[in-house]
Amino acid sequence: MNWHSWSEFLAMGGYALYVWGSYAVTLIVLIGEIVALIMRRRGVIERLVKFYAARRRNHETEA
Amino acid sequence: MSKSPRFSWFVFSSPQTFYPLAGTLQPWFAGLACVLCAAGLYISFLVAPTDAQQGESYRIIFIHVPAAWMSMFLYLVMGFWSGVGLVLNTRLSSMVATALAPTGALFTFIALWTGALWGKPTWGTWWVWDARLTSELILLFLYIGFMALQAAIDDQRRADKAGAVLALVGVVNIPIIYFSVQWWSTLHQGASVSMKSAPSMAATMLLGMLIMALGFWMYSIAAVLARVRCVILERERHTEWVMAEVGGPA
Repeated sequence: MNWHSWSEFLAMGGYALYVWGSYAVTLIVLIGEIVALIMRRRGVIERLVKFYAARRRNHETEA
Repeated sequence: MSKSPRFSWFVFSSPQTFYPLAGTLQPWFAGLACVLCAAGLYISFLVAPTDAQQGESYRIIFIHVPAAWMSMFLYLVMGFWSGVGLVLNTRLSSMVATALAPTGALFTFIALWTGALWGKPTWGTWWVWDARLTSELILLFLYIGFMALQAAIDDQRRADKAGAVLALVGVVNIPIIYFSVQWWSTLHQGASVSMKSAPSMAATMLLGMLIMALGFWMYSIAAVLARVRCVILERERHTEWVMAEVGGPA
């Protein structure tokens, strides 16, 4: 074990800005991608449901 | 000779077959990514010792090197599927290439960002225009160029072809990045892991890095599978099966 206390762990031997700056941004980027993918899937399905509904309406008015 | 139906891998080149397969596999890769990254972080922070020269700042290596590896590897995979799509005209190959680009670009960004944050305490500067850093920046521009080019062309087949040509030409940048530390004098240190020599780091450091790399790899597969499913739905929207998949009879 490298650390004797939480504050020592968070201080990262004086390199807190660099180490936590790296890990925090990586985490934000990856979580951002996951959220973007979930929203994209919802958006695609929503758009397609509307698209099919509109197409069905067109068919009905033509008939 | 009897014509018995034989299994063929081309079965999976059909978007209709691949879509549910990707949906089944995706959670497994996502789960593996979580487990591997948790184990990797545990080793990175709690097991791996403090570096004699760099102190704790070296712990950036556990995301920097795996992210840099993924940025290059994903580009090679993107180039491969672009080439397959160009030659065989298989729609799914082009869709996979399209789905790979954003994840590759993000890992390139992470490699550059963590590199800057590591460069400051060790070299005294966030950035230098040396071969390794500049070629990795060009990789980011190649990913962005690929995405922008595809987005700018309305005709999907033309967009795929133009993107594929750009991706294939850009592959030349990958060996340049990889060998840049040997070909030019640079601030950047040499390869962390080499086939020829023993690793230049403690075993637990190496283990943490490799497990994080595996975790990023599994994450990339999960993200790309999720994205390719979106791309398939968008591009195949005129087919019966997508209509059935999204819901409701015609």
